[in-house]
Amino acid sequence: MYTNFDLTKIGTTIRLPLRAAKGAASSADLQKTLSGIPGVEQVHISLSQAQAHVTYDPNRVQLGQIISAAQRDGFLVHQAELSVHIEGMHCASCVSRIEQGLRVLPGVLEANVNPATEIASIQYLPGAIDFATIQAAVEATGYQAAHLLEQQPTTDKESAAHAREYRNLMAKFWFAAFISIPTVAVAYPKISWLYLPSLFSSDVSEGLVRLLWILSGAVTLPVMFYSGRQFFTGAWSAFKHHAADMNTLIALGTGAAWLYSTIALIFPRLFPEGTAEPFYDVTAVVTALVVLGQALEVRAKGQTSQAIRKLVGLQAKTARVVRNGRETEIPVEEVVVGDIVVMRPGEKIPVDGVIVEGRSALDESMITGESLPVDKQVGDEVIGATVNTTGSFKFKATKVGKDTALAQIVKMVQDAMGSKAPIARMVDVVSGYFVPTVMIIAVLTFLAWFNFGPSPALAYAVVTAVTVLIIACPCAVGMAVPLSLVAGLGKAAEHGVLIRNGEALQTASALKIVVLDKTGTITKGKPELTDVVPAMGFDEKTLLRLAASADRLSEHPLAQAIVQGAKSRGLEAAEPSEFNAIPGHGVEATVEGKRVLVGNLKLMQRQGIEAGALAEAVLRLQGEGKTAMYVMVDGKAAGVVAVADTIKEDSIEAIQVMRQMGLEVIMLTGDNERTAHAIAKQVGITRVLAEVLPEDKSQQVHSLKAEGKKVGMVGDGINDAPALVEADVGFAIGTGTDVAIEAADITLIGGSLKGVAYAIETSKATMRNAKQSLFGAFIYNALGIPVAAGILFPFFGILLSPVLAGAAMAASSITVVGNANRLRYFNARSFRARQSAGVA
Amino acid sequence: MNWTQILVNFVGLTAIAWIVAYFWLYRKRGVAAAEVSGLQEVNIKVKGGYDPDVIVVKRGRPVRLHFNRQESALCSEMVVFDKINKSARLPEGETVTVEFTPEQVGEIPFQCQMGMLRGKVVVTA
Repeated sequence: MYTNFDLTKIGTTIRLPLRAAKGAASSADLQKTLSGIPGVEQVHISLSQAQAHVTYDPNRVQLGQIISAAQRDGFLVHQAELSVHIEGMHCASCVSRIEQGLRVLPGVLEANVNPATEIASIQYLPGAIDFATIQAAVEATGYQAAHLLEQQPTTDKESAAHAREYRNLMAKFWFAAFISIPTVAVAYPKISWLYLPSLFSSDVSEGLVRLLWILSGAVTLPVMFYSGRQFFTGAWSAFKHHAADMNTLIALGTGAAWLYSTIALIFPRLFPEGTAEPFYDVTAVVTALVVLGQALEVRAKGQTSQAIRKLVGLQAKTARVVRNGRETEIPVEEVVVGDIVVMRPGEKIPVDGVIVEGRSALDESMITGESLPVDKQVGDEVIGATVNTTGSFKFKATKVGKDTALAQIVKMVQDAMGSKAPIARMVDVVSGYFVPTVMIIAVLTFLAWFNFGPSPALAYAVVTAVTVLIIACPCAVGMAVPLSLVAGLGKAAEHGVLIRNGEALQTASALKIVVLDKTGTITKGKPELTDVVPAMGFDEKTLLRLAASADRLSEHPLAQAIVQGAKSRGLEAAEPSEFNAIPGHGVEATVEGKRVLVGNLKLMQRQGIEAGALAEAVLRLQGEGKTAMYVMVDGKAAGVVAVADTIKEDSIEAIQVMRQMGLEVIMLTGDNERTAHAIAKQVGITRVLAEVLPEDKSQQVHSLKAEGKKVGMVGDGINDAPALVEADVGFAIGTGTDVAIEAADITLIGGSLKGVAYAIETSKATMRNAKQSLFGAFIYNALGIPVAAGILFPFFGILLSPVLAGAAMAASSITVVGNANRLRYFNARSFRARQSAGVA
Repeated sequence: MNWTQILVNFVGLTAIAWIVAYFWLYRKRGVAAAEVSGLQEVNIKVKGGYDPDVIVVKRGRPVRLHFNRQESALCSEMVVFDKINKSARLPEGETVTVEFTPEQVGEIPFQCQMGMLRGKVVVTA
């Protein structure tokens, strides 16, 4: 009734994108389960295409029931979510109408409308429905066309809000500064006379002075209530909550100065002789200075979170997809999972996906931190926001909207920025007591000067109390750690290092031991051809070509490594006329009329062939941690080929940097001692934990922790998950577009070990920066407040003017922000090393 | 010491006692969350503080806190629930919802990033 769809029609057919999870039932069982649901009329399952077509009667069964049945059988049904902004929604009753209108759409699993935000969240089956249909359904319920929600609205809005706040504060500053000039002139008449001798003669009448003071008081009022408005409103709101903050201090300070001056002016006889001295200039100048400080702070704060804005800005705006057989350019928000996206040279990848046609090299530096373009071909994952270099290709969208790697990265970084470092928790306790304590000190200062101070005691008492209120800067204390954290996390993210929260960052800065899993962490994790040793009478090329041809039909990873190795050396493998795999031994094949065997020693012995001089080569290769295979041609030993899990290009350098940083690097592997030590020697690791069963890895990490040092563990996020969780800081090597790895405290998107060194360096720099700011802020307050109270007066006769206190307070908070911003220019050793190596 | 001095000192010491009592010793009374179909919802105004700032909820049921920031001062730009590892950015004038389900009886404090503005969710059985 709400939609264009005829719901009474029996038999809606829907395509369910699904795949079998571990331990899932067979497709026959699933067929039985689904067909058994009352209302389901026809089921056609094709696991090879990862889909099922189900025809059902929507009046008798809901799609959700069908999906949960499939899920109970152990199948994963791919679902996606979309957010739509609904315009013209004015009543709560609209909610259920829109929700119902959406829920009846075939392909929509669930629809929820939030009336407060006017956003509908829709769970749907990718490919079964598109945005136009959803839009039509919403319009059919009588509401305005639904606009897709922007991907990341908050950062744009935030920087707009910052810009507005900056302009606003600057306007207030200029006003206060302008008024300050005459008030200062009146307050320091002796100075003014130097410049305006004609206006102020030395025998100024008392009446004129009084008039000037009254004028000062009058013009200072708008300064307080326009430029300093936020101090008073902020202080009042906090007061109502039984809380006090920086606003309270400034409001009390400037307010007390004004009030005292006014009373002194109107009722001079209330005060002892000589104390009825107004000081309106303090109110005006302090307001101007603090507002200026706030404005500069807003501007600098925007720079601190620049990293996140940069990330959000990477998002492509449009995508060219194939719809109804034609290429159409659509906004990136409308791309749904399953769309085929067409890429041309130089274009930005709009969403995550898998290449289905063509090949190219992609610049992924903005996401992974890896500067060299990465070759991609059919079947390889592409990450949204990376840039296509020269090739053209098509890919199938697998993740869109908030599921893309970029969106996850942005979310992770934002979440991390909102978290607290343990050190900040300690500061929070202090800052909770800070402001009331300052207020108490101000009262005590007043009493001390009033009781024991020189004459005029009252004037001294008021000025010192006001100075104490103004100089105290709780902001600097409170901001120190969060600001450094935001800058440091952003910096790390720029280099493909995602730190989950402030706690992970703080712990990472204190690591002493780094445990590296060997396979897939130090090494590439898949075997590659490393050596070809021909026997007498054979040359390297012939040997490798024959071995590759014999192995061509084998699916064994070692055989595949030989085939790939031959291919990358430009050798074309021939088609074997006969092929036989002998499990546990190797393969035998007939290649171009020759009988070729490739396999281990057992295969050789079975054939009764002598290894001869080759046995020595095999021993040497094994000593290097490689897997050596004999190649036999027509009953003779023809040579040896070796494959090994090769070390990643930059592992050696990364480990070197870690050692330079004073970290103990330990290798953890299931390999035997000899192989393990061979690899360890190549990368410069001295401590090796070999022959560790996968399930014992976390136990090993546990024992290392017992040594009393903070232990970091680097591995993949799946097999090594328990060890990562056990470690003080778990580093997961990224796997394509899966960014949010549950078990990891730190995710290295690029997959390079450099990321580990970089993460630790950045964490150390961030913590150092935070501590500097914190220390500075504490010292500032610890020295500033007593000096403002006049502690130096009895000894040196030094008393701080409230105006100077205002300047100091503004400067101290700007310093904290500025110090955090220095982190943006932090140049890590781990990346410097590569740059200099690249130049050489 | 004359009467003026005695009076001034008395007022000063009273002020100190009042500061301690008003800011530190005051115990806030909580506002119970409204329950609608199993959801516990509260609207919180963010302006120089959280209003209400103590929210009483029941354990085991989802809680939705709708924050509405009505000021441009940057202090309250973000609300942080450190204990449950959640945070939210609060754009001025918009309602931002933080949702979670408290599993244990106790207090879940929330605050601005610098810890100047504070509130808490009190979870009861």
